[in-house]
Amino acid sequence: MQASRDHAPLLAAEGLACRRGARLLFRGLSFRLEGGAACHVTGANGAGKTTLLRTLAGLASPFAGSVTRAGAAGLLAERSGLDPELPLARALAFWFALDRVEDAGAIMARLRLAALAEVPVRYLSTGQHKRAALARLLGQRAPIWLLDEPLSGLDAASRALVSELVQAHCQGGGIALIASHQPLDVPGMTSFAIEDFAPAPQEEQA
Amino acid sequence: MIAALLRRDLAQFFPFTASGAALPVIFFIAVAMLYPFAVGPDAGLLARTGGGVLWIAALLAAVLPLDKLVARDIALGVFDQLRLRGVSEEAMMAVRLLAHWLSFGPPLMLATFPAAALLKLEGPAFDLLILGLAAGTPGLAAIGLIIAALTASLRAGAALSGLLLIPLALPILIFGAGALARQDAASLGFVGAISLLLVALAPFAAGAAIRAVREG
Repeated sequence: MQASRDHAPLLAAEGLACRRGARLLFRGLSFRLEGGAACHVTGANGAGKTTLLRTLAGLASPFAGSVTRAGAAGLLAERSGLDPELPLARALAFWFALDRVEDAGAIMARLRLAALAEVPVRYLSTGQHKRAALARLLGQRAPIWLLDEPLSGLDAASRALVSELVQAHCQGGGIALIASHQPLDVPGMTSFAIEDFAPAPQEEQA
Repeated sequence: MIAALLRRDLAQFFPFTASGAALPVIFFIAVAMLYPFAVGPDAGLLARTGGGVLWIAALLAAVLPLDKLVARDIALGVFDQLRLRGVSEEAMMAVRLLAHWLSFGPPLMLATFPAAALLKLEGPAFDLLILGLAAGTPGLAAIGLIIAALTASLRAGAALSGLLLIPLALPILIFGAGALARQDAASLGFVGAISLLLVALAPFAAGAAIRAVREG
Protein backbone atom coordinates (compact mmCIF):
# COMPACT_ATOMS: atom_id res chain seq x y z
CA MET A 1 0.00 0.00 0.00
CA GLN A 2 1.45 3.27 -1.12
CA ALA A 3 -0.14 5.49 1.49
CA SER A 4 0.86 3.34 4.46
CA ARG A 5 4.55 3.35 3.62
CA ASP A 6 5.00 7.00 4.59
CA HIS A 7 3.04 7.00 7.84
CA ALA A 8 1.97 3.95 9.77
CA PRO A 9 -1.82 3.93 9.76
CA LEU A 10 -3.64 3.90 13.05
CA LEU A 11 -7.27 3.59 14.02
CA ALA A 12 -8.17 3.91 17.67
CA ALA A 13 -11.24 4.69 19.74
CA GLU A 14 -11.22 5.82 23.34
CA GLY A 15 -14.37 5.57 25.46
CA LEU A 16 -16.48 5.95 22.34
CA ALA A 17 -20.24 6.37 22.68
CA CYS A 18 -22.64 6.88 19.79
CA ARG A 19 -26.32 7.43 19.55
CA ARG A 20 -28.93 7.51 16.86
CA GLY A 21 -31.69 10.00 17.52
CA ALA A 22 -32.21 9.94 21.29
CA ARG A 23 -31.17 6.31 21.69
CA LEU A 24 -27.71 5.45 23.01
CA LEU A 25 -26.35 2.58 20.90
CA PHE A 26 -23.13 1.75 22.72
CA ARG A 27 -20.73 3.38 25.13
CA GLY A 28 -17.27 2.85 26.59
CA LEU A 29 -15.93 1.34 23.36
CA SER A 30 -12.15 1.42 23.19
CA PHE A 31 -9.80 -0.32 20.78
CA ARG A 32 -6.59 0.30 18.94
CA LEU A 33 -5.70 -1.10 15.52
CA GLU A 34 -2.31 -0.59 13.93
CA GLY A 35 -1.04 -1.35 10.46
CA GLY A 36 -1.69 -4.93 9.40
CA ALA A 37 -4.55 -5.52 11.83
CA ALA A 38 -7.95 -6.84 10.84
CA CYS A 39 -10.88 -6.69 13.22
CA HIS A 40 -14.35 -8.17 12.89
CA VAL A 41 -17.26 -6.36 14.57
CA THR A 42 -20.36 -8.41 15.20
CA GLY A 43 -23.75 -7.29 16.40
CA ALA A 44 -27.45 -7.69 15.74
CA ASN A 45 -29.31 -5.42 13.31
CA GLY A 46 -29.63 -1.97 14.79
CA ALA A 47 -26.89 -2.53 17.37
CA GLY A 48 -24.92 0.35 15.90
CA LYS A 49 -22.37 -1.21 13.55
CA THR A 50 -23.09 1.21 10.71
CA THR A 51 -23.06 4.18 13.08
CA LEU A 52 -19.73 2.99 14.51
CA LEU A 53 -18.19 2.76 11.05
CA ARG A 54 -19.49 6.19 10.03
CA THR A 55 -18.16 7.68 13.25
CA LEU A 56 -14.74 6.08 12.73
CA ALA A 57 -14.72 7.42 9.16
CA GLY A 58 -15.36 10.92 10.49
CA LEU A 59 -18.75 11.19 8.80
CA ALA A 60 -20.61 11.42 12.10
CA SER A 61 -19.59 12.95 15.41
CA PRO A 62 -19.31 10.72 18.48
CA PHE A 63 -21.67 11.41 21.37
CA ALA A 64 -18.77 10.93 23.80
CA GLY A 65 -15.18 9.76 23.60
CA SER A 66 -12.76 10.23 20.76
CA VAL A 67 -11.55 8.65 17.54
CA THR A 68 -7.90 8.77 16.51
CA ARG A 69 -7.25 8.07 12.87
CA ALA A 70 -3.96 8.35 11.03
CA GLY A 71 -4.40 7.72 7.32
CA ALA A 72 -7.29 8.09 4.91
CA ALA A 73 -10.38 5.97 5.48
CA GLY A 74 -12.18 4.07 2.75
CA LEU A 75 -15.80 3.20 3.50
CA LEU A 76 -17.70 0.38 1.86
CA ALA A 77 -21.33 0.87 2.77
CA GLU A 78 -24.78 0.20 1.40
CA ARG A 79 -24.64 3.50 -0.49
CA SER A 80 -21.96 2.91 -3.07
CA GLY A 81 -21.72 6.41 -4.53
CA LEU A 82 -22.08 4.96 -8.06
CA ASP A 83 -24.49 6.73 -10.44
CA PRO A 84 -27.31 4.27 -11.18
CA GLU A 85 -27.99 5.66 -14.65
CA LEU A 86 -24.43 5.36 -15.94
CA PRO A 87 -22.73 2.29 -17.38
CA LEU A 88 -20.56 0.70 -14.70
CA ALA A 89 -17.24 1.66 -16.34
CA ARG A 90 -18.24 5.35 -16.47
CA ALA A 91 -19.68 5.37 -12.95
CA LEU A 92 -16.40 3.95 -11.65
CA ALA A 93 -14.35 6.23 -13.92
CA PHE A 94 -15.53 9.27 -11.93
CA TRP A 95 -14.10 7.87 -8.69
CA PHE A 96 -11.02 6.47 -10.43
CA ALA A 97 -10.34 9.97 -11.81
CA LEU A 98 -10.64 11.50 -8.33
CA ASP A 99 -8.35 8.83 -6.88
CA ARG A 100 -5.92 9.04 -9.83
CA VAL A 101 -6.20 5.35 -10.61
CA GLU A 102 -4.10 4.22 -13.55
CA ASP A 103 -4.80 0.49 -13.56
CA ALA A 104 -8.60 0.66 -13.77
CA GLY A 105 -8.68 -2.34 -16.10
CA ALA A 106 -6.73 -4.50 -13.66
CA ILE A 107 -9.04 -3.58 -10.77
CA MET A 108 -12.15 -4.33 -12.86
CA ALA A 109 -10.65 -7.67 -13.92
CA ARG A 110 -9.72 -8.61 -10.37
CA LEU A 111 -13.33 -8.11 -9.26
CA ARG A 112 -14.66 -9.91 -12.36
CA LEU A 113 -16.40 -6.74 -13.57
CA ALA A 114 -14.86 -6.48 -17.03
CA ALA A 115 -17.87 -8.09 -18.73
CA LEU A 116 -20.23 -5.70 -16.96
CA ALA A 117 -18.49 -2.49 -18.02
CA GLU A 118 -21.30 -1.35 -20.33
CA VAL A 119 -24.18 -2.35 -18.04
CA PRO A 120 -25.94 0.56 -16.26
CA VAL A 121 -25.36 0.36 -12.53
CA ARG A 122 -29.08 0.09 -11.73
CA TYR A 123 -29.28 -3.20 -13.67
CA LEU A 124 -26.54 -4.82 -11.59
CA SER A 125 -27.52 -7.49 -9.07
CA THR A 126 -26.84 -6.90 -5.37
CA GLY A 127 -23.65 -8.94 -5.52
CA GLN A 128 -22.41 -7.28 -8.70
CA HIS A 129 -23.10 -3.85 -7.21
CA LYS A 130 -21.13 -4.82 -4.12
CA ARG A 131 -18.20 -5.94 -6.25
CA ALA A 132 -18.37 -2.60 -8.08
CA ALA A 133 -18.22 -0.78 -4.74
CA LEU A 134 -15.20 -2.91 -3.81
CA ALA A 135 -13.54 -1.81 -7.05
CA ARG A 136 -14.11 1.81 -6.01
CA LEU A 137 -12.59 1.01 -2.61
CA LEU A 138 -9.52 -0.63 -4.15
CA GLY A 139 -9.02 2.37 -6.41
CA GLN A 140 -9.05 4.70 -3.42
CA ARG A 141 -5.92 2.99 -1.96
CA ALA A 142 -6.89 4.14 1.54
CA PRO A 143 -4.81 2.55 4.32
CA ILE A 144 -7.86 2.15 6.56
CA TRP A 145 -10.76 0.07 5.32
CA LEU A 146 -14.13 0.30 7.01
CA LEU A 147 -16.35 -2.39 5.53
CA ASP A 148 -20.05 -2.43 6.35
CA GLU A 149 -21.53 -5.87 5.55
CA PRO A 150 -19.09 -6.57 2.72
CA LEU A 151 -20.36 -10.15 2.32
CA SER A 152 -24.11 -9.61 2.11
CA GLY A 153 -25.49 -10.62 -1.26
CA LEU A 154 -22.25 -12.22 -2.42
CA ASP A 155 -21.84 -15.76 -3.73
CA ALA A 156 -19.21 -18.16 -2.33
CA ALA A 157 -16.57 -17.23 -4.90
CA SER A 158 -17.02 -13.51 -4.23
CA ARG A 159 -16.92 -14.05 -0.45
CA ALA A 160 -13.60 -15.82 -0.86
CA LEU A 161 -12.42 -12.91 -2.99
CA VAL A 162 -13.33 -10.41 -0.24
CA SER A 163 -11.34 -12.46 2.29
CA GLU A 164 -8.42 -12.46 -0.12
CA LEU A 165 -8.62 -8.71 -0.67
CA VAL A 166 -8.75 -8.03 3.08
CA GLN A 167 -5.77 -10.33 3.64
CA ALA A 168 -3.76 -8.65 0.91
CA HIS A 169 -4.71 -5.23 2.28
CA CYS A 170 -3.55 -6.11 5.79
CA GLN A 171 -0.39 -7.82 4.59
CA GLY A 172 0.40 -4.58 2.80
CA GLY A 173 0.27 -2.76 6.13
CA GLY A 174 -3.35 -1.61 5.96
CA ILE A 175 -6.04 -1.76 8.64
CA ALA A 176 -9.43 -3.37 8.09
CA LEU A 177 -12.45 -3.08 10.36
CA ILE A 178 -15.27 -5.28 9.15
CA ALA A 179 -18.82 -5.17 10.41
CA SER A 180 -20.55 -8.34 9.31
CA HIS A 181 -22.98 -11.06 10.33
CA GLN A 182 -21.08 -13.62 8.33
CA PRO A 183 -17.75 -15.15 9.32
CA LEU A 184 -14.72 -14.02 7.37
CA ASP A 185 -11.71 -16.19 6.73
CA VAL A 186 -8.81 -13.87 7.54
CA PRO A 187 -5.95 -15.27 9.61
CA GLY A 188 -5.06 -13.34 12.73
CA MET A 189 -8.29 -11.35 12.72
CA THR A 190 -9.49 -10.15 16.13
CA SER A 191 -13.15 -9.57 16.85
CA PHE A 192 -15.52 -7.95 19.29
CA ALA A 193 -19.27 -7.85 19.70
CA ILE A 194 -20.80 -4.41 19.80
CA GLU A 195 -23.47 -5.69 22.22
CA ASP A 196 -20.78 -5.97 24.90
CA PHE A 197 -20.80 -2.19 24.98
CA ALA A 198 -24.57 -1.76 24.93
CA PRO A 199 -25.82 0.54 27.67
CA ALA A 200 -27.77 -0.86 30.60
CA PRO A 201 -31.53 -0.41 30.09
CA GLN A 202 -31.81 2.59 32.43
CA GLU A 203 -28.99 4.39 30.58
CA GLU A 204 -30.58 4.11 27.16
CA GLN A 205 -32.39 7.43 27.13
CA ALA A 206 -29.33 9.65 26.88
CA MET B 1 -10.56 17.16 -8.16
CA ILE B 2 -12.84 20.20 -8.55
CA ALA B 3 -12.75 19.89 -12.34
CA ALA B 4 -13.82 16.23 -12.13
CA LEU B 5 -16.65 17.22 -9.79
CA LEU B 6 -17.85 19.97 -12.13
CA ARG B 7 -17.74 17.56 -15.08
CA ARG B 8 -19.91 15.07 -13.19
CA ASP B 9 -22.38 17.73 -12.07
CA LEU B 10 -22.70 19.18 -15.57
CA ALA B 11 -23.14 15.72 -17.09
CA GLN B 12 -25.99 15.27 -14.65
CA PHE B 13 -27.79 18.61 -14.98
CA PHE B 14 -26.85 20.12 -18.34
CA PRO B 15 -28.13 17.62 -20.96
CA PHE B 16 -31.42 18.60 -22.55
CA THR B 17 -33.39 15.80 -20.92
CA ALA B 18 -36.33 15.67 -18.53
CA SER B 19 -33.95 15.39 -15.58
CA GLY B 20 -31.65 18.07 -16.99
CA ALA B 21 -32.17 21.47 -18.56
CA ALA B 22 -35.22 20.63 -20.68
CA LEU B 23 -37.99 20.94 -18.15
CA PRO B 24 -37.44 24.59 -17.07
CA VAL B 25 -36.94 25.73 -20.68
CA ILE B 26 -40.07 23.98 -21.94
CA PHE B 27 -42.07 25.34 -19.02
CA PHE B 28 -40.80 28.88 -19.70
CA ILE B 29 -41.70 28.76 -23.40
CA ALA B 30 -45.05 27.13 -22.64
CA VAL B 31 -46.01 30.09 -20.44
CA ALA B 32 -45.06 32.51 -23.23
CA MET B 33 -47.16 30.49 -25.67
CA LEU B 34 -50.21 30.26 -23.43
CA TYR B 35 -50.31 33.86 -22.21
CA PRO B 36 -51.47 35.41 -25.54
CA PHE B 37 -54.24 32.79 -25.73
CA ALA B 38 -55.37 33.76 -22.25
CA VAL B 39 -55.42 37.58 -22.63
CA GLY B 40 -55.99 37.94 -26.35
CA PRO B 41 -53.78 39.14 -29.21
CA ASP B 42 -53.61 42.82 -28.15
CA ALA B 43 -49.97 43.64 -28.98
CA GLY B 44 -49.87 46.66 -26.69
CA LEU B 45 -51.15 44.71 -23.68
CA LEU B 46 -48.78 41.82 -24.40
CA ALA B 47 -45.78 44.13 -24.67
CA ARG B 48 -46.75 45.95 -21.46
CA THR B 49 -47.32 42.85 -19.31
CA GLY B 50 -45.28 40.17 -21.12
CA GLY B 51 -42.01 40.97 -19.37
CA GLY B 52 -43.55 40.51 -15.95
CA VAL B 53 -45.10 37.22 -17.00
CA LEU B 54 -41.75 35.95 -18.25
CA TRP B 55 -40.16 36.91 -14.92
CA ILE B 56 -42.78 34.87 -13.08
CA ALA B 57 -42.23 32.00 -15.51
CA ALA B 58 -38.47 32.13 -14.87
CA LEU B 59 -39.01 32.14 -11.12
CA LEU B 60 -41.35 29.14 -11.22
CA ALA B 61 -39.11 27.35 -13.71
CA ALA B 62 -36.33 27.63 -11.13
CA VAL B 63 -38.35 25.37 -8.82
CA LEU B 64 -38.48 22.48 -11.30
CA PRO B 65 -34.91 21.11 -11.03
CA LEU B 66 -34.75 21.33 -7.23
CA ASP B 67 -35.91 17.82 -6.29
CA LYS B 68 -32.86 16.13 -7.83
CA LEU B 69 -30.35 18.85 -7.03
CA VAL B 70 -29.08 17.57 -3.66
CA ALA B 71 -31.27 14.75 -2.32
CA ARG B 72 -30.22 12.26 -5.00
CA ASP B 73 -26.51 12.44 -4.19
CA ILE B 74 -27.19 12.14 -0.46
CA ALA B 75 -29.17 8.96 -1.13
CA LEU B 76 -26.41 7.61 -3.38
CA GLY B 77 -23.72 8.29 -0.78
CA VAL B 78 -21.76 10.50 -3.17
CA PHE B 79 -21.23 13.31 -0.64
CA ASP B 80 -20.01 10.77 1.96
CA GLN B 81 -17.41 9.40 -0.42
CA LEU B 82 -16.28 12.90 -1.42
CA ARG B 83 -15.93 13.85 2.24
CA LEU B 84 -13.68 10.82 2.81
CA ARG B 85 -11.46 12.21 0.05
CA GLY B 86 -11.15 15.51 1.87
CA VAL B 87 -13.57 17.59 -0.22
CA SER B 88 -15.42 20.08 1.99
CA GLU B 89 -19.19 20.41 1.82
CA GLU B 90 -18.76 24.05 0.86
CA ALA B 91 -16.65 23.13 -2.18
CA MET B 92 -19.18 20.47 -3.22
CA MET B 93 -21.99 23.01 -3.02
CA ALA B 94 -20.05 25.78 -4.78
CA VAL B 95 -19.42 23.43 -7.70
CA ARG B 96 -23.05 22.36 -7.70
CA LEU B 97 -24.21 25.99 -7.71
CA LEU B 98 -22.13 26.69 -10.79
CA ALA B 99 -23.39 23.55 -12.57
CA HIS B 100 -26.99 24.28 -11.57
CA TRP B 101 -26.84 27.86 -12.85
CA LEU B 102 -25.11 26.86 -16.11
CA SER B 103 -27.82 24.29 -16.78
CA PHE B 104 -30.71 26.64 -16.09
CA GLY B 105 -29.66 30.32 -16.43
CA PRO B 106 -28.16 30.47 -19.93
CA PRO B 107 -30.73 28.03 -21.45
CA LEU B 108 -33.51 30.21 -20.02
CA MET B 109 -31.90 33.32 -21.49
CA LEU B 110 -31.72 31.62 -24.89
CA ALA B 111 -35.38 30.66 -24.53
CA THR B 112 -36.15 34.32 -23.88
CA PHE B 113 -35.61 35.09 -27.58
CA PRO B 114 -38.55 33.01 -28.86
CA ALA B 115 -40.59 33.79 -25.73
CA ALA B 116 -40.15 37.56 -26.16
CA ALA B 117 -41.12 37.29 -29.81
CA LEU B 118 -44.36 35.53 -28.83
CA LEU B 119 -45.16 38.38 -26.43
CA LYS B 120 -44.16 41.20 -28.78
CA LEU B 121 -41.40 42.38 -26.46
CA GLU B 122 -38.95 44.44 -28.49
CA GLY B 123 -36.29 47.11 -28.18
CA PRO B 124 -35.40 48.44 -24.72
CA ALA B 125 -37.98 46.26 -22.93
CA PHE B 126 -36.34 43.13 -24.35
CA ASP B 127 -32.87 44.38 -23.39
CA LEU B 128 -34.02 45.04 -19.83
CA LEU B 129 -35.59 41.59 -19.65
CA ILE B 130 -32.55 39.67 -20.85
CA LEU B 131 -30.13 41.75 -18.76
CA GLY B 132 -32.40 41.29 -15.76
CA LEU B 133 -32.46 37.52 -16.23
CA ALA B 134 -28.67 37.49 -16.59
CA ALA B 135 -28.41 39.32 -13.28
CA GLY B 136 -31.23 37.47 -11.52
CA THR B 137 -30.84 33.80 -12.47
CA PRO B 138 -27.63 33.29 -10.42
CA GLY B 139 -29.59 34.48 -7.39
CA LEU B 140 -32.50 32.17 -8.22
CA ALA B 141 -30.04 29.28 -8.60
CA ALA B 142 -28.46 30.12 -5.22
CA ILE B 143 -31.83 30.25 -3.44
CA GLY B 144 -32.77 26.98 -5.12
CA LEU B 145 -29.58 25.25 -3.97
CA ILE B 146 -29.99 26.41 -0.36
CA ILE B 147 -33.59 25.22 -0.28
CA ALA B 148 -32.78 21.92 -1.99
CA ALA B 149 -30.07 21.25 0.62
CA LEU B 150 -32.29 22.27 3.54
CA THR B 151 -35.19 20.08 2.43
CA ALA B 152 -33.09 17.14 1.19
CA SER B 153 -33.80 14.95 4.20
CA LEU B 154 -37.54 15.67 4.29
CA ARG B 155 -39.96 13.26 2.72
CA ALA B 156 -42.07 16.01 1.12
CA GLY B 157 -38.96 18.08 0.37
CA ALA B 158 -39.71 18.59 -3.32
CA ALA B 159 -43.18 19.99 -2.70
CA LEU B 160 -41.95 22.16 0.14
CA SER B 161 -39.05 23.62 -1.83
CA GLY B 162 -41.43 25.21 -4.33
CA LEU B 163 -43.30 26.98 -1.57
CA LEU B 164 -40.08 28.14 0.11
CA LEU B 165 -38.47 29.54 -3.01
CA ILE B 166 -41.29 31.91 -3.89
CA PRO B 167 -41.07 34.32 -0.91
CA LEU B 168 -37.25 34.27 -0.95
CA ALA B 169 -37.17 35.13 -4.64
CA LEU B 170 -39.51 38.10 -4.17
CA PRO B 171 -36.78 40.80 -4.01
CA ILE B 172 -35.28 39.59 -7.29
CA LEU B 173 -38.72 39.67 -8.90
CA ILE B 174 -39.58 43.13 -7.56
CA PHE B 175 -36.41 44.76 -8.84
CA GLY B 176 -36.11 42.66 -11.99
CA ALA B 177 -39.70 43.05 -13.21
CA GLY B 178 -39.79 46.57 -11.74
CA ALA B 179 -37.00 47.60 -14.08
CA LEU B 180 -39.27 46.66 -16.98
CA ALA B 181 -42.29 48.52 -15.64
CA ARG B 182 -40.35 51.72 -15.01
CA GLN B 183 -37.97 51.30 -17.99
CA ASP B 184 -35.20 51.89 -15.50
CA ALA B 185 -31.94 49.97 -15.82
CA ALA B 186 -30.72 51.13 -12.40
CA SER B 187 -32.90 48.57 -10.56
CA LEU B 188 -30.98 45.86 -12.35
CA GLY B 189 -28.03 46.90 -10.18
CA PHE B 190 -30.08 45.83 -7.18
CA VAL B 191 -30.88 42.51 -8.84
CA GLY B 192 -27.19 41.95 -9.43
CA ALA B 193 -26.30 42.89 -5.87
CA ILE B 194 -28.91 40.54 -4.39
CA SER B 195 -27.68 37.77 -6.68
CA LEU B 196 -24.05 38.30 -5.68
CA LEU B 197 -24.94 38.18 -2.01
CA LEU B 198 -26.95 34.98 -2.46
CA VAL B 199 -24.25 33.34 -4.56
CA ALA B 200 -21.66 34.15 -1.88
CA LEU B 201 -23.89 32.76 0.89
CA ALA B 202 -25.25 29.65 -0.84
CA PRO B 203 -22.21 27.30 -0.64
CA PHE B 204 -21.93 27.91 3.11
CA ALA B 205 -25.64 27.63 3.87
CA ALA B 206 -26.13 24.57 1.65
CA GLY B 207 -22.86 23.03 2.89
CA ALA B 208 -23.95 23.39 6.51
CA ALA B 209 -27.30 21.83 5.62
CA ILE B 210 -25.85 18.69 4.03
CA ARG B 211 -23.30 18.38 6.84
CA ALA B 212 -26.19 18.35 9.31
CA VAL B 213 -27.89 15.60 7.29
CA ARG B 214 -24.68 13.56 7.23
CA GLU B 215 -24.11 13.77 10.96
CA GLY B 216 -27.79 13.33 11.87
